Amino acid sequence: MAQMKFMCDAERCIECNGCVTACKNANDVEWGIQRRRVVTLNDGEPGEVSISVACMHCDDAPCMAVCPTDCFYKTDDGIVLHDKDLCIGCGYCLYACPFGAPQFPKQNAFGERGKMDKCTFCAGGPANSKEEEYQKYGANRIAEGKLPLCAEMCSTKALLAGDAQTVADIFRQRVVQRGHEDGAWSSLEGRPATADELAYDATRQQ
Amino acid sequence: MNLLTEWLHTWRVPLLALLVLLSLGMAGPVLAQADPEGEIATAVPATDADTWRQVRSGETGPNYRDSRFDSNYNLINASGETWRQIRNRWVSPFGLIAICGMLAMIVLFYLIVGRKHLDEPRTGRKLLRWTALERSLHWSVATLFIILALTGLNLLYGKFLFKTLFGDAFWAGMISGSKMLHNYLGPLFGVLLVIILAKFLVRNLPSKHDWTWFKQGGGLIGKGRHPDAGFANGGEKVWYWLLATAGLVVIASGLVLDFPNYGQSRDAMQWANIVHAVGALGLTAVALGHIYIGTLGTEGSLEGMATGYVDETWAKEHHNLWYEEVKHQAADADETLGEESTPPQRSS
Repeated sequence: MAQMKFMCDAERCIECNGCVTACKNANDVEWGIQRRRVVTLNDGEPGEVSISVACMHCDDAPCMAVCPTDCFYKTDDGIVLHDKDLCIGCGYCLYACPFGAPQFPKQNAFGERGKMDKCTFCAGGPANSKEEEYQKYGANRIAEGKLPLCAEMCSTKALLAGDAQTVADIFRQRVVQRGHEDGAWSSLEGRPATADELAYDATRQQ
Repeated sequence: MNLLTEWLHTWRVPLLALLVLLSLGMAGPVLAQADPEGEIATAVPATDADTWRQVRSGETGPNYRDSRFDSNYNLINASGETWRQIRNRWVSPFGLIAICGMLAMIVLFYLIVGRKHLDEPRTGRKLLRWTALERSLHWSVATLFIILALTGLNLLYGKFLFKTLFGDAFWAGMISGSKMLHNYLGPLFGVLLVIILAKFLVRNLPSKHDWTWFKQGGGLIGKGRHPDAGFANGGEKVWYWLLATAGLVVIASGLVLDFPNYGQSRDAMQWANIVHAVGALGLTAVALGHIYIGTLGTEGSLEGMATGYVDETWAKEHHNLWYEEVKHQAADADETLGEESTPPQRSS
């Protein structure tokens, strides 16, 4: 099985927050919650750099290790998901997470935080029906054979999502060739993309 | 001559324009041909190792931006892993060792030494030791303590046992119930503990004979050995001061965790959680000792906290200095039944 990973190429990220918007739109996330964030270091200085962050679906996920209800699990694709029926909103996953990914709809007295919400790699979560799944966790694009919308929508292809090996290969190529050989528009079949593939032709039906 | 001047005069502007266009045309290709190698050599790198080192350490400079609403999180929560390691590798296992160790020691002690019976027969005359208010305070605090300890232990260890044992559906209710009880009863426990500490403060001020009491091990083992003790003996005072120090720290750190609405930082809650867990596990272990000594371990103690009255013999043996003060108040058992309506005076 694949090992799904995100990778954000900080050299390419232009801080457009398109990933944030795409994610909110794809997953219909609750008001006040933003599963993805864009962090900018040295804003306005030489060496300014931006990077898009969400749940990174860690191999050794700290959230899983500290959860008192054991509500997290890893899918066969290496995606870290959680069961909102088990979540008690204690906030421990937030204390432990290296990326500030878990968020809570509330922040009230007596530790009333509501159910934790985080990036699902657009893989939904445990539910009895598709509707319930969408309502609780958002889109399950993985089940439809699609990658997370944030990465799919990234205008500069800074944010990559997919199997760790493929993502690493693309990034390695970028580092070696200072840009992917076809600008990283990338057909993944090991050959450079043709001019036809680079420009989407709306008149052509496939 | 004149003709040339005139011609130039007429065409000067268009000629200049043409020259500008030509020069642009020449320069264009030159710019486009700038070599990538040179560009790399002179470019300011966007990110270097230092940037990532800074990120890894969790630092945020003045020019750090986060696009998330109301977020003050750094890019990498470096202390999160520290918290995880302290909690999972140290607090969890050693808390379990402390509590199970305490239980094992109590069981062993009971099996080997057994219950501490009264050395002399009871006289049947009773002394008021705990007023109704003190007893209700004690049992309220005790009940809350036990609920908080059990729910707290469930939050720390429950998933290893009950989740597989009962299945997800039951576990979901059990653990969310634990959290609710813990979070709502915790502050109530805090308030009551402060009240009971204030009420019992004077009796628990350390005195000289406490030292002797400790040197003789509280007379826990052996028959007829009873070191001097006032209303509270050395052991009771230690339990009091543990609650007055560690107990208050546990309450304070618990409040930090329980009220995220005040916007305390994630780091503050990490430390509060460690302090809370260490303090609470320690107190739970000691509480087991307190419970044993107060119930199974000592004849006549539980009836004091249950009815308010202790037997004269018990008072003489366990709290001789207090007994000397109050022995004139000793009353026959049947006289003490009207205690609720006319509470007798008791000096401590």
